[in-house]
Amino acid sequence: MMNCKEATQLLSEKLDRPLDTKEKVMLGVHTAMCSSCKQFGRQMEDIRSLAKQYSKGKQTEEKK
Amino acid sequence: MIEANPSLSASEAPNAALFYDQEFMESLRSQMVKFATLQVQDAQLAEDAVQEAMLSAYQNIDKFGRQAALKTWVFSILKNKLIDLLRKEKRTTVASQLENGPNLQGDALMDHLFKENGHWQKSERPQKWDDPDHGVENEHFWRVFDACLTALPEKYGRFFMMREFLEMATPEICHNEDISVSSLNVTLYRARLRLRECLEDNWYQAKESGS
Ligand SMILES: [Zn+2]
Repeated sequence: MMNCKEATQLLSEKLDRPLDTKEKVMLGVHTAMCSSCKQFGRQMEDIRSLAKQYSKGKQTEEKK
Repeated sequence: MIEANPSLSASEAPNAALFYDQEFMESLRSQMVKFATLQVQDAQLAEDAVQEAMLSAYQNIDKFGRQAALKTWVFSILKNKLIDLLRKEKRTTVASQLENGPNLQGDALMDHLFKENGHWQKSERPQKWDDPDHGVENEHFWRVFDACLTALPEKYGRFFMMREFLEMATPEICHNEDISVSSLNVTLYRARLRLRECLEDNWYQAKESGS
């Protein structure tokens, strides 16, 4: 069984490389049962989109 | 000086005014320098790249009417210049030399977040982020975000920005920086762990307990 440490690492690596089938299955099983890691996965996506907005200079646009 | 040449000022108006907003330009410049220096790790190269980006923005002044548009534009030029610089010059710095900074990283970070059996420490379990986009509207959110980025150990911050801000692909970063794919992946993972924790503690949770 995959633990949270391994699951979170895959949830991060998912943003940098395609996961293989076995990894996807194991991760799917883990996140189905572990709400903390499921949450973590969502937050990884959030961080990516926030970083994108940050680097596009959104922060001053919203200031006005 | 500009008004000495009426034909020039006529063609420049009204967008050129952006460039005369000193406060805006100064803060934009310093953000760019900070961003560039972290990437290329050479103050002079960074300064030059920023100058060039500014100049090319000035030459294309009719393309944008608002500060935000100018900023987006000038940052995208800067990004391309930085990517060129990083490509041209294979890094001599060994990545491991950068592992410094007062904050938790490496195994200490992992032990802080996870129990021995690899499951979350109870106090460190990710909490629900209430409407993550909500923060985007808020100036204060970006200050927290900025502070969290700055607080990352230098090596984490640098690779994170290459990946997420410059949007460089993993193989390219590895090639330029002489680092293996697996160690880059681990570094990015830890950077995201740290950033996630920092945002949660200082924005998402702080907001909740404050209201
Ligand atoms: Zn888990």
